[in-house]
Amino acid sequence: MTQNLGKRMWKGRWGYFFILPALIPFLIFTVYPLVHGIWLSFLNAGVNRDRWRFIGLDNYIRLFTKDQAFLIGIKNTFLFVFAVVPTAMIITLFIAVIIYPLSQKTQTFFRVAFYMPVVSSGVILAMVWNVIFSREFGLLNGTLEALGIFNLFNIEKIGWLAQTETALLSLSIVIISWSLGQPLILFLAGLASIPTELYEAARLDGATGWQQFIGITLPLLRPTVLFVLVTLTIAVFQVFVVVLLMTLGGPANATQTIVFRLYESAFRFFKFGYASAMAVVLMIIIGTISAFQFFVLDRDT
Amino acid sequence: MSAINRANQIQSRRKLFSKRSPLWYLALGLCILLAILSLVPLYWMIIGSFKLEKVAIGYPPEWFPREPTLENWRNLINGRPSLRWMFNSFVVSSGVAIGAVFTSVTAGYAFGKKVFPGRDLLFWMFLITMMVPRQAFLVPMFILMRNLNWFDSYQAMIVPYLAYPFGIFLIRQYMRSLPDELVQAATVDGANELQLFWNIILPLSKPVIGAVAIFAFMAGWNDYVWQLVIINNQNMMTLPVGVSKLAASGVGSADIGLGMAGATLAFIPMILIFMLFQRAFIKGITVGSLKG
Repeated sequence: MTQNLGKRMWKGRWGYFFILPALIPFLIFTVYPLVHGIWLSFLNAGVNRDRWRFIGLDNYIRLFTKDQAFLIGIKNTFLFVFAVVPTAMIITLFIAVIIYPLSQKTQTFFRVAFYMPVVSSGVILAMVWNVIFSREFGLLNGTLEALGIFNLFNIEKIGWLAQTETALLSLSIVIISWSLGQPLILFLAGLASIPTELYEAARLDGATGWQQFIGITLPLLRPTVLFVLVTLTIAVFQVFVVVLLMTLGGPANATQTIVFRLYESAFRFFKFGYASAMAVVLMIIIGTISAFQFFVLDRDT
Repeated sequence: MSAINRANQIQSRRKLFSKRSPLWYLALGLCILLAILSLVPLYWMIIGSFKLEKVAIGYPPEWFPREPTLENWRNLINGRPSLRWMFNSFVVSSGVAIGAVFTSVTAGYAFGKKVFPGRDLLFWMFLITMMVPRQAFLVPMFILMRNLNWFDSYQAMIVPYLAYPFGIFLIRQYMRSLPDELVQAATVDGANELQLFWNIILPLSKPVIGAVAIFAFMAGWNDYVWQLVIINNQNMMTLPVGVSKLAASGVGSADIGLGMAGATLAFIPMILIFMLFQRAFIKGITVGSLKG
């Protein structure tokens, strides 16, 4: 086989030639950093390069035993996922099914309306919602006060982002608003791919709308649902910008997340090795979810 | 879908839902409410940029500014290098788009149409890295940039994107769909490798090249965290990074109006690009996920 290898490599030399422009940056800026990052997780890498020493699994051990903020971060990240993903999926599925019978133009209105937060992305959303959630001047409190809600329940104005009880919830609302656009488009497209004859046949058989939904729509949307589930989960797992610009992980770690702790450790405390260990943990979690998507979804199609 | 097919679909859909229960109308009302709620923050941001400070923090909240002002915008453009930020974003995003297209088309062509040992292994290597979260690269890339002395530079924001696995994936799929006879016919006619690539493959690939360019441009534009980490010089910041510094987290004494103007400024290019490429955008997303 190997005697042929040289010949085949020569025969396919143009293949290598065309790959080169991508391969070189790939090796330098993707592969090398990846490997280096894993190596760093085993060092006590700080700002001073001369002091870097191999410390084995120390970073990892500290991570899971001594770092309260990190453990809370894991908990909060999962909380975000469980709060945001099912909510966003149910809402978008609901909307998709309701507006599907309407004209394309109307559907596009909805598609665009819900996609606007996606287009704006983290920074813009964070800045606006900061203003909306502001305790003194915010739109939310202003509206609630105007409606007399605070008087009704005899409560003070709420510090949505400043109180530990409401901070996580408030960020979840922001993340949900950002998570509706993509799934809606995908669900609408998925609904369009279901042949109407199926619904006709079911209707002739006397099935109600609800039965049609359970028996036809849901099963046939399964690939789309799974895809949305996985991509949304991965996206929410990596939520960072809103935490950075709205709460900085506070108050009192109420909105601490894995990625934010990583950023903090690396760029505020300059503990590069420690942060790298966190990155490895994150890689493992997300890699597992991604692999799940790859294999489970591939089988469906 | 043919036109006749589509017409039939719409007709039968209408028949199915012709008896619309009041419940459905209620649900539709809810959907409309949600859509409006989705748009409220952005509306608030835009009018916020035209409000004076005392109005913005005043009560009750003004849904339509009675005395709109350009003061915030004047502060934004004169007081901060905001136009420079926009310029930087364009430079970075264009650089990323061009670079990613170049490497993706060449590599995608190789993976899609050429045969050589290790081809599939290399392709999978590229693909696997797509599953690695970007944060995993933050620290080692930061250190690499420190060693290269590339802080506060354009290349630091552009070069890491030159290998764009998603683009390579898209192009490879497309190349595989091109008939081999094309290549053979051209070879028979005496074309060499480069002529083949330049004169035949490239022109045929315009649609997918366009898609990769858009995706790469967006990726470069939205690469907030990385740009935040390696740029400290205010004049080298990209638009999202610069704007995010306008309003420190939480709203205390920070200038709300300025922040809203900045956010609106950052929003404008996004909405323009979205409107221009809306159809291609949405099609690209759905095709990619439904494996069409």
